[in-house]
Amino acid sequence: MKQQAEYQRSWWSRATQSPYFVYLLISPLFLILFAYVVYPFYSTFLQSFAGNDTLANYRKFFSLESTANLEALWNSVYISIISVICCAVVGVTMAFLLERYEFPGRRLLSVLVLVPMALPPLVGVLSFTFLYGESGIFPRFFQHLFSLEEVPFSLKGIWGVVVVHTFTMYTYFYLTASAAIKGLDPSLEEAATSLGAGRIRVWTKVILPMLTPSIIASSLLVFMVSMASYTAPLMFGVERTMTMQIYLARTNGNLDMAATQSTILSIVSILFLLIMRWYQNRRNYQNLSKGVSVHRSEVTSKPLKTISIILSFAGTLILILPILVLILISFSKDGSWTIQILPTDYTLDHYKALFTDERTWRPIWNSIQMGAVATVGNILFGVAAAYAMVRLSFKGKSLLDTLIMIPWALPGTVVAVNLIAAFSTESPFAFNQVLIGTFWILPLAYFVRHLPLVFRSTSASLLQLDQSVEEASRSLGASWWYTFRRIVLPLTLSGIIAGTLLALVQSIGEFVASILLYSTTTIPLSVAIFQKLYAFKFGTACAYGVLQILLILIVLLISEKLSKGSAGSAI
Amino acid sequence: MKSVRIENVTKKFGNVLGVSELNLEVKPGEFFTFLGPSGCGKTTTLRMIAGFYYPTTGKVYFDGQDVTTLQPNKRNIGMVFQNYALFPHMTVDENIAFGLQVRKLPKSDIRQKVDRIRGLVHLGQYGSRKINELSGGQQQRVALARALVIEPDILLLDEPLSNLDAKLREETRVEIKRIQTELGVTTIYVTHDQTEAMSMSDRIMVMESGLVKQVGTPQEIYHKPNNRFVATFIGETNMLEMKVSSIEGDVVTVESENGLILRGLVNGAAKEVQLAADSTIHVSIRPEAFEAGPGDNTVKGTIEFVEFTGLSVNYIVHVNGTSLKAMIINGGSAIKAVRDEIELHIPPRNLYFLAE
Ligand SMILES: Nc1ncnc2c1ncn2[C@@H]1O[C@H](COP(=O)(O)OP(=O)(O)O)[C@@H](O)[C@H]1O
Ligand SMILES: [Mg+2]
Repeated sequence: MKQQAEYQRSWWSRATQSPYFVYLLISPLFLILFAYVVYPFYSTFLQSFAGNDTLANYRKFFSLESTANLEALWNSVYISIISVICCAVVGVTMAFLLERYEFPGRRLLSVLVLVPMALPPLVGVLSFTFLYGESGIFPRFFQHLFSLEEVPFSLKGIWGVVVVHTFTMYTYFYLTASAAIKGLDPSLEEAATSLGAGRIRVWTKVILPMLTPSIIASSLLVFMVSMASYTAPLMFGVERTMTMQIYLARTNGNLDMAATQSTILSIVSILFLLIMRWYQNRRNYQNLSKGVSVHRSEVTSKPLKTISIILSFAGTLILILPILVLILISFSKDGSWTIQILPTDYTLDHYKALFTDERTWRPIWNSIQMGAVATVGNILFGVAAAYAMVRLSFKGKSLLDTLIMIPWALPGTVVAVNLIAAFSTESPFAFNQVLIGTFWILPLAYFVRHLPLVFRSTSASLLQLDQSVEEASRSLGASWWYTFRRIVLPLTLSGIIAGTLLALVQSIGEFVASILLYSTTTIPLSVAIFQKLYAFKFGTACAYGVLQILLILIVLLISEKLSKGSAGSAI
Repeated sequence: MKSVRIENVTKKFGNVLGVSELNLEVKPGEFFTFLGPSGCGKTTTLRMIAGFYYPTTGKVYFDGQDVTTLQPNKRNIGMVFQNYALFPHMTVDENIAFGLQVRKLPKSDIRQKVDRIRGLVHLGQYGSRKINELSGGQQQRVALARALVIEPDILLLDEPLSNLDAKLREETRVEIKRIQTELGVTTIYVTHDQTEAMSMSDRIMVMESGLVKQVGTPQEIYHKPNNRFVATFIGETNMLEMKVSSIEGDVVTVESENGLILRGLVNGAAKEVQLAADSTIHVSIRPEAFEAGPGDNTVKGTIEFVEFTGLSVNYIVHVNGTSLKAMIINGGSAIKAVRDEIELHIPPRNLYFLAE
């Protein structure tokens, strides 16, 4: 008996001692990535070559006779480039103004500047059409003011898309640029000035070079997100973009073409992801934000002061209006707002209905359920992958990291098409079931789209936790699992929770993949908003939107608290 | 209290050599120190004893039992880490109690043991403090208490004092030694600081580049180094390359290239040294080997540097083209100045011959 135990122990310890044991541990991670990232992608890839003539779809795509696809590709690139430029100008300017100058209203503005992050894409576009669209509040107001036949201006088409992109994505530039500016050592600038460098010289020789890395990184990101943008083109009726073409091909039942378009768009996205990663690895992170107090110059001269007050007031208004308009319309009676500037009749019914009317409540509950299932998956996968990434040593780390990032870099539309290609037939990865048309396909899509969220925040926490703390626990007699429960989990909990909450709200608000995948028995919240909109039930749609914004604000608040708390307790 | 034996252990990290062909025996209750410059493989060896690394080849035994690939949590060791590795989300008491909770001791026993050990490390009233409310020295004590409370068979300490300031370091050094003597636990201590090693250890293993250079008591290491590395690493010494000119009875006469002639004793040689006329050897002369005034092995030279420390006078003397460091115990006699001539002598028993 004893001998046998001895034998088993030595067998086990020999197995665990083997340099290949770690590969056994990480194989589930790779299996999941293979099943739900690589295999769906590959299925789409295969489908794009379907037909008698394998390259027929690609020939069609690039054909010069019907140029819809090429036009769409060009439009997507064009919109993305313009978006990058606009976002860069707005974001960097905002960062400079808020970090370097003191003017009335700066504090409020520096909080509100992040409002776009609290707007789910669909809700954001929605409020913009209410404000500036063809029958929006502002165009109507000016029409009435000047008694015009038609609205004098309105947001539509490609420029509508670009404006929405700028509003929702300038924050990427703002955040990285303001971090970089905070890190700029003011004495560097002073040194340059004292050496006789003029303003322009200081700018071109000192400030811009320091900002370049953050600007390039944000540009790549905004370009990628713009290429993937689907909601804005949909709402502004720009059909000739890649994502819209995929959506249309899919809804017209032309699956092979949708697969071809998806493949081409994927290649562009993955290419950008790789460039981005290469760039970030190459650049060395200088963290100079150590207690260097950035001094803000006060705006003193009278006219400048007036201008700054007007501008900051305008900025505040632009930022806050989308939320105000949502709140306003959420109280308006459905069907009461037709050609007036503002809705005329108000009611509380929409909010009551949210929680009392079964049919209104249903989509919320669906989204909560599907989001929760997806998030549980994200937690399990994210924590395990983060631990493996940070603590284990094995070959293929960067492959693991890339595979986790890819679904995030892929447009939601493409993720949906990939899942359709893989799971509309029975598949071993779905336990020989067809997933399309069931409850499970959306949680799967949410899981895949939000793969990096828990992973990233958990690895960040883990990296701060010195390995010797775990070793101390082991040396005191604790098993690996006991150590994980009592030491690793409590110490990384804030990171795990932050990622989890983010994944959860994003899943609850997810629209892009949902619209292609949802089954009519489990309609998610975002699709319900979309449907209400087309049934002219603006009030209900906006009430849904306000609910989502509240949820996001709560999550942001908790995350902020958590990150402060953990920073305080870290030794 | 267990013995530790390491047999032919080699550890490679890919192509990097951690330690090579290491053999070692630590007796029960002994205070044993790994001493060597940074990167010589001390931590690697310690971690193989702790079970955090497994040797590439070779075996590790505790009391004759093979533990080479036993998991760290099954070894009943106490370990103190360089950065203390305290659990930041727990109080002092919770930290100390952790190992006892793992062992599923009854609550009352845990309470009692924690209180006792907290007294032993002089942290009486700090039980409910958070870790980040403690000073570095106090954190150090918590780490020590946490490792000791489980009554480990072997206590491992990896540069435990290197994060403390100089004064605290000396205090804590005495403290660790006191507690170790009181508990009698087999202790392996890693340091790159020779003062720590010399003052605390029963025996020292001197390492360099993954190799053992010598194992011995502090006196052996200091007075009878096996090689030039040990002689220069431990304490200060004048290392001269000289030629044996004659051996008569137990007197060896050596001569340097520029004509310095000294006499030493045959038994003042390291183990492997083969003394033979005309062979080249290395001579180690500690600064304190010099005595004032003329006598056997008189050396005359010009003073290049003087330093008065109160206890002693330190000179650098230029003799026959060589600079020699000499330390003369302060006997109250007049102190010479730079560029003065000085006459010193080296009793022959203070010459030490080394091969390589
Ligand atoms: N985990 C590791 N991976 C690769 N090389 C290592 C690792 N640990 C130690 N080494 C190498 O082994 C040698 C000995 O290191 P170490 O035992 O930490 O030295 P010491 O503790 O004496 O300063 C060094 O050259 C070091 O670079
Ligand atoms: Mg070390």
